[in-house]
Amino acid sequence: MSDATRHSAPRTSLYTLSPLTKRRNATERRFKAYGLIAISIGVLALLVLLTSIFNNGRGAFMQTYVTLDVLLPAEKLDKNGNRDIEEMKAVSTFGYAPLITNALISRLDEIGFATDLKKKEIGAIVSKEAAAQLRNFVLANPDSLDTTVMFEFLAGGRIDGYMKGRVDHESAALDNKVSPEQLDIVDALVAAGSLEKRFNWAFLTAPDASGQRPEAAGLGVAFLGSLYMMIVVLFLALPIGVAASIYLEEFSKQSRLTDIIEVNISNLAAVPSIVFGILGLAIFINFAGLPQSAPIVGGLVLTLMTLPTIIISTRASLKSVPPSIRDAALGVGASKMQTVFHHVLPLAAPGILTGTIIGLAQALGETAPLLLIGMVAFVREYPAGPPEGFFDPASALPVQVYNWTQRADPAFVERASGAIIVLLIFLILMNAVAVMLRRRFERRW
Amino acid sequence: MLIRLADLMPLIWILTLILALAAVGYFAGKARALASSGGKIRDLHSLPSYYGTNVALSSLVPSLAVLAVWVLVQPILLESQVVKLIPDSAIAEGSTRDLVMSDVRRVADGLDMAVSNSLLSLEESEEMRAESTDVRKQLGDLGVALGAKVSPEVLAAAQEYRIMRKTGSLWMMMIVLALALVGAFYSYSRTHKDFRARNVVERVILALLIGAASIAILTTLGIVFSMLFETRNFFSQFPAADFFFGTVWSPDFRGDSELGLLPLLWGTLFISMVALLVAVPIGLFAAIYLSEYAGPKMRAVAKPMIEILAGIPTIVYGLFALITVGPMLRDHFAQPLGLGESGSSVMTAGLVMGVMLIPFVSSLSDDIINAVPQAMRDGSLGLGATHSETIRQVVVPAALPGIVGAILLAASRAIGETMIVVLGAGAAAAQMHSGLGALVNPFEAMTTITVKIVSQLTGDTDFAAPETLVAFALGLTLFCITLGLNIIALVIVRKYREQYE
Repeated sequence: MSDATRHSAPRTSLYTLSPLTKRRNATERRFKAYGLIAISIGVLALLVLLTSIFNNGRGAFMQTYVTLDVLLPAEKLDKNGNRDIEEMKAVSTFGYAPLITNALISRLDEIGFATDLKKKEIGAIVSKEAAAQLRNFVLANPDSLDTTVMFEFLAGGRIDGYMKGRVDHESAALDNKVSPEQLDIVDALVAAGSLEKRFNWAFLTAPDASGQRPEAAGLGVAFLGSLYMMIVVLFLALPIGVAASIYLEEFSKQSRLTDIIEVNISNLAAVPSIVFGILGLAIFINFAGLPQSAPIVGGLVLTLMTLPTIIISTRASLKSVPPSIRDAALGVGASKMQTVFHHVLPLAAPGILTGTIIGLAQALGETAPLLLIGMVAFVREYPAGPPEGFFDPASALPVQVYNWTQRADPAFVERASGAIIVLLIFLILMNAVAVMLRRRFERRW
Repeated sequence: MLIRLADLMPLIWILTLILALAAVGYFAGKARALASSGGKIRDLHSLPSYYGTNVALSSLVPSLAVLAVWVLVQPILLESQVVKLIPDSAIAEGSTRDLVMSDVRRVADGLDMAVSNSLLSLEESEEMRAESTDVRKQLGDLGVALGAKVSPEVLAAAQEYRIMRKTGSLWMMMIVLALALVGAFYSYSRTHKDFRARNVVERVILALLIGAASIAILTTLGIVFSMLFETRNFFSQFPAADFFFGTVWSPDFRGDSELGLLPLLWGTLFISMVALLVAVPIGLFAAIYLSEYAGPKMRAVAKPMIEILAGIPTIVYGLFALITVGPMLRDHFAQPLGLGESGSSVMTAGLVMGVMLIPFVSSLSDDIINAVPQAMRDGSLGLGATHSETIRQVVVPAALPGIVGAILLAASRAIGETMIVVLGAGAAAAQMHSGLGALVNPFEAMTTITVKIVSQLTGDTDFAAPETLVAFALGLTLFCITLGLNIIALVIVRKYREQYE
């Protein structure tokens, strides 16, 4: 031992590190830095993703409106003069469009703005949707003929883009859908207070619009479609999922059947979502003959997709109820079934609810299977109220986003991002409720 | 269309009736049980509510089961009956029995609609003859468009179809209601204070629970059979060897398509590989840092942040790829380097998909690293190894099988991912014959199996054409690949867990 003591006499001071230690410490620091970098990349990706979507979609919540006083001449809109709605319907939107153009021109005269643009080009400042709006108003209020009524019309898509900074005079010069002169008119109208940006409720309530009218496109039908599907999912997936988990967790004995069911559930959780779409198309539409694009089919497909999620979380919360509760109930003479339904299930309810909400949130954002069951179709009609509404064609929020990305007009990118913001808000709300439920009711045994 | 809206209202009526009957049965059964014991609950075998539930269940369960089966089977049986009514002479040249049958269905539906809108009386609709009235015009006025003039045979078949459908529904209603009544009366008559109501009720409930659990099996069977069936149809029209080993993908609905799997498979694997190259290092390092270095505060902030990435719907990632990542990669990398002109590329989809997979890899690896026993770390640290040496030489090797399992699960996710590739990767299949350079260029647009499933099955589809049916073969291929990966991964993870338990 004395040898060892002599040999290990410190060659260097304790205060200076040997090169080997230095290298090892440097490696340690590097390794730690890699970890930090990895986490920062993850967080950064999340932030970039959210900012990009937010910046692109913010504009969709504002819309440019033109306020105009429109004279409704009876001799043009009701040629026979008897205010018969059926006869007035003969005048199409083409009959109404010039009225708006005239109103716009007279407004320009009022504010003393001279332009040598053609009538048609001036009229193009207002959305094509405006004529339909005017016609609906006149058909609903035939008494308003021969009076001047104040209207708020949507501005055209490019004009809206100008107000939001997407279009400027330079790009307008290259664009065949808008000209710099039109933008000058817009500036004059803004100065006169006839044209302004306002919060866009129609984005949340209006149905989809054609590819030429991005300014009128809204999420109304998609909202209803998603809502209907979530109702179907909730009413099917929750009872079935809870029943299945109760069986697997509380009653099943180790058997062939139980094994097969367990393997199936874990596999279904990992099957690509598009495969569920194929299942929906082949079974629900082609075999059972349910209508295409209907929320009921979407709901059924999403139910099958959500079931594994709900079953897994329900089983976890059933498992977390301590056995002493069961023993106590059995001890005072309750049957196995009574124990489960009267004691275990109520105690597990908050966890089950949390899992269900998270499953619903997943289903709400699912797109791929819905594409296959025809929900991409262009739907302008609101589905009817339940129960018939479940069979009417509808869209869904994420599918509407996909639809808008497939259109040529760049204004639809803004709409798609705006729709994503709406979708994300719903997801955040649902997850917040789930977290709140967990905090409020979770029991530690 | 086999289940129609018009069938829905009678269904709702039947359901309401049965439910009402069950409710009445519940109270009647309860009352009878109490009466049999002279009002003394103590003398009953079970609680009174079980006697009531027994009556309600025995009226509900058999009748609802029969109702469900009837609704599914009746249309199929009827169709096969009606198809026989169409004589061969009524099938025009170039037409098929199926097409004529769909005409029959539409005429029948049109007549139903006319009757329900009281535009035709019931007798008129049944006595209408193609010789005397122009059915097509009359139905056209009601908004039911028919392709050709309605031949007398088709009209006759449609009339017959309507009559059979009506009698079928009538029988269904009567049999289902009778079943509900018989069930209710039978169990009502058995209700007595010594009857073991609770045992019976609990057995029925257990059967229902087992039924619910079996839906998972039914779903899997549904997936497999629906795809197998259509895939068989596809292979009867298109040689299997050409599908599995074909190197060109160019579907053409006019016929003469080349539907080779290999270009799609290559695109899928290439994009998944890029995604894994992004997700695995980042996810793994993040997991190691979070489980080995991070303090509780850092963990409480960073872990949920990364897990939010997993909760974001894939359509959001797709849009992100389309409007932000794609143009950025094109303007700053692909065009300056002369590698491509397209915003949608393997790189775009791969990068974004990689971000999506980070939380997947990190939370699975996190669990697995945490499962490595602390004693192993302590041993290594006690021997003087630094923290990082411990991780690299002890923890990671010990957790390796589990990590491999996690990566395989992530790979199966990547292969089955749809929306990101639909929006980010483009629609052009890889050109297997244009040289290796184009094939491995990550800035080239490339398409995947999932994209082609979507594009072949959306829009107007003709389920007799191989160009549509190929989607089912693609789906089956995808299902098999992901299933294989999942099973291997699960086996590895399970083995690994047992090692330390």
